[in-house]
Amino acid sequence: MSSARNRELVALVPVAILLTAGFAAVFAQESTRLDNLSLIYGAYFLAICVATHVYLRLRLPNADPYLFPLVALLTAFGLVMIYRIDDGLARDQANWFVLGLVLFALTIQFLRDYEVLERYRYTIAAAGLLLLLAPRLPGIGQQVNGAYLGVKLGPLAFQPAEFSKIAIVVFLASYLRENREVLIVGARRVLGVTLPPLKHFGPMLVVWGASMFMLVFIRDLGSSLMFFAAFLALLYVATGRFSFVVIGMAMFVVGAWFFASTVPHVHDRVEIWLDPYVSPEGSGYQILQSIFAQADGGLFGKGFGQALITIPGTDAALLPAAQTDTIYSLIVNELGLFGACGVVLVYLLIAARGFKIALLAGDGFSKLLATGLTAVFSIQAFVIIGGVTRAIPLTGVTLPFISYGGSSIVANFVLLALLLLISDRARREAVEPAGRALALGGT
Amino acid sequence: MNRQIVKLFAFIALLFAVLVGFTSYWAVFDAKALKEKEANKRPLLEQQQIRRGRILAADGTVIAKSVAKGRGDGLRYVRRYPQGSLYGHPIGYSFVRQGDSEFEQFHNDELVGEESEFSSILDELLGHSQEGNDVVTNLDPAAQRTALSDLEEAGFGAVVAIEPSTGAVKVMASNKAYDPNRVPYELEKLNRNVIETPLLNRATQGLYPPGSTFKVVTAAAGLESETITPETTIDAPGTLEVEGTPLQNDFNESFGPISLDTALTNSVNTWFGQLGQQLGNDLLFETMEKFGFNSTPPIDLPDDEVYESGVSGEGGLLTARDPVDLARVAIGQERLLATPLQMAMVAAAVANRGKLMKPQIWNRVVDPDGRVTERLDPSEYSQPISAEAAAELTTAMEGVVSEGTGTNAAISGVAVAGKTGTAETPGNVACGGGADENQAWFIGFAPADEPKIAIAATVECTTQFGNDVAAPIFRDVAETILNGE
Repeated sequence: MSSARNRELVALVPVAILLTAGFAAVFAQESTRLDNLSLIYGAYFLAICVATHVYLRLRLPNADPYLFPLVALLTAFGLVMIYRIDDGLARDQANWFVLGLVLFALTIQFLRDYEVLERYRYTIAAAGLLLLLAPRLPGIGQQVNGAYLGVKLGPLAFQPAEFSKIAIVVFLASYLRENREVLIVGARRVLGVTLPPLKHFGPMLVVWGASMFMLVFIRDLGSSLMFFAAFLALLYVATGRFSFVVIGMAMFVVGAWFFASTVPHVHDRVEIWLDPYVSPEGSGYQILQSIFAQADGGLFGKGFGQALITIPGTDAALLPAAQTDTIYSLIVNELGLFGACGVVLVYLLIAARGFKIALLAGDGFSKLLATGLTAVFSIQAFVIIGGVTRAIPLTGVTLPFISYGGSSIVANFVLLALLLLISDRARREAVEPAGRALALGGT
Repeated sequence: MNRQIVKLFAFIALLFAVLVGFTSYWAVFDAKALKEKEANKRPLLEQQQIRRGRILAADGTVIAKSVAKGRGDGLRYVRRYPQGSLYGHPIGYSFVRQGDSEFEQFHNDELVGEESEFSSILDELLGHSQEGNDVVTNLDPAAQRTALSDLEEAGFGAVVAIEPSTGAVKVMASNKAYDPNRVPYELEKLNRNVIETPLLNRATQGLYPPGSTFKVVTAAAGLESETITPETTIDAPGTLEVEGTPLQNDFNESFGPISLDTALTNSVNTWFGQLGQQLGNDLLFETMEKFGFNSTPPIDLPDDEVYESGVSGEGGLLTARDPVDLARVAIGQERLLATPLQMAMVAAAVANRGKLMKPQIWNRVVDPDGRVTERLDPSEYSQPISAEAAAELTTAMEGVVSEGTGTNAAISGVAVAGKTGTAETPGNVACGGGADENQAWFIGFAPADEPKIAIAATVECTTQFGNDVAAPIFRDVAETILNGE
């Protein structure tokens, strides 16, 4: 059992080396002399990772050995990139990393029997929706660039969508686990298209409605797309009916089309995506600068610390939101196509490990939960990278574990904790098939 | 459900592949087009961050340098030209908004320290930031100054001086000159000045009728093809009837049967007109092309700023297959146009025992640590004539200066070989459209027996002859260079 954890420990070594090398590179750029501070940062980071590893060794000895090192790799990489932009921001991010790990540990501590989540699924769904709604509430809501994404409670500001994505995936996994049979059996063919039974159509309409609601009230095309895509992914895995996915997509496209032409903010985002050159200094500035920054990267990039982020001699942004939305473009600029491919590859590996957990998981809820969490995580990465590369309209979601932002990093560590909890149980059952597996009733 | 999970993973992998596809498109395949977009200020801003290397004259005089402005994140470099208008041509300028020209543009990669992607990775790992290299030129400051101040006295025109044995360009001056330091403030004004055209490098872009200086090429073709020897005589009447129009000598003077020496010394039109007719299209054009006509001169300036010399036709330059009035081409008329650089190349080839070396302004590249990373390796462009024919031609050209039409080019104690030229250019807009306007020329080299420098000097819009305005410029520049040796 400890062999899995040993592999995890070994996998953390390259992470620490990368982090140290990264900080050293930034130092070399900025102060021409190599400060041993970079080694201290690297050592701190490694110490925290080892502590987490020891905790996992004690609590989840069977959990997937690669997920945590992969996530640590992204976090380390993100810290270096943010440090390169502004060391103050990097300090914040490091604090949130630690806070994220605390919540990670607490989740593992108190949600060992994570199926209790099923019991509170409606409460969780309601909480998730309430979180989504919060940015529109007077007094605490905050508008950022025309979208309602933030909440401010006294000194505490956060982006509720990051947390509600977990709540909604938990609800959907639980709901679909219970209703997947009827969804499959009750389906009828109308005009050659397999439709879900009307009775169970309702809750699905609710999810569609929630997505449209986000589009209109939160004006957040990115989160809306992310949620709905995760829902369709879960629906497909639960029922095996591709036609449901097609219907769902059609509904989303029709709805998004309608609202994109009526809600100004969403409309603008789509227009800019289609033709950013109509307003190169105005609304098209961010996406154009994002692409220009990438064009400058080439195959190998300009090197750590070399990119221009502000116009020299001024505070005007040359790459707007470099620490959040467009951090991927900064990566392409400094590390080139190869560096960016490396980042995408890490996300793909995380997705692979996540789906592997879903494959191994014994019961329906675990399978669907692991699938949903992995899907929502991967799609979030797709939505923001696709946005800054103009594959899809640019919207303000974070690049998980890399972008600057407390909510994102903390929420994603909770997501990781849930995946490891599912993994630990699945792999333990795989080793001792006689015991609890039967008692729980596998799929 | 497992089958669906695997399919879902495949779909996610596909989405990520799309991301890699888009990233590759922007970062690699479409990168060049994006960098040239009007809205994209990034390449310009980045260029400002690099300390561009200096451009130096042969003696180390700083012609162009970059100075830092602002500090910290606001640090940027701006180009300065301490010599003002003296080297406006051929050095050009380089500014973020106005772009770059001439030598600055041609040698941009060396000046900004552009390297291959692999060696730049190595630099990144070693923590080096990109730094520009210095480029040392062959330009001789004293001679350049002489050339420009003489021109400013004589009128618009140009001077090109080349070291025959290496092709090193020691002088390239063009009047009207401009001060590159003013470009950021008055580029538009400079561009609007279509009469004086200060931004036109007349040395490489001034297309002028070469007049009698072209007789050197005709003579070279005759000697090289053995159509004539130095002893061959041709009867030279005062007037020759060519294609229905009389071709005359100056003052309609009749010479009778004379050989090359006498014909060149007195610049006898009817003699060279007949030689041209005897040569025929093929031989004359073959020699012209070997001297560099009909192609862009192989100098280190941007192609679009160096014009081709030749007989101009409707659809570009004429070749041996086109019907031309050979007698008039042979004496530098018809529609023959040549740049001062081209005529300097003719003189340099004769001076270098018939071998034409590629003219080059740069001499060496010096990296920020002071190491010479590249050095000019003189290379031969062509051999239009044999060493023997070149020697015969030199003798004839010496006669021009010692006793003929080019006596003002003489330098005491030094044998000079040369040829004058005076082409009538009535109605030239640049000259104000006067009827008596000439294009005055002198091409030549010195010392005649062991040439150190070959020079072409030309002045537009003058009522005087080559010997009056161009030959003295040749003499001054040649003296300056020979004294500096």
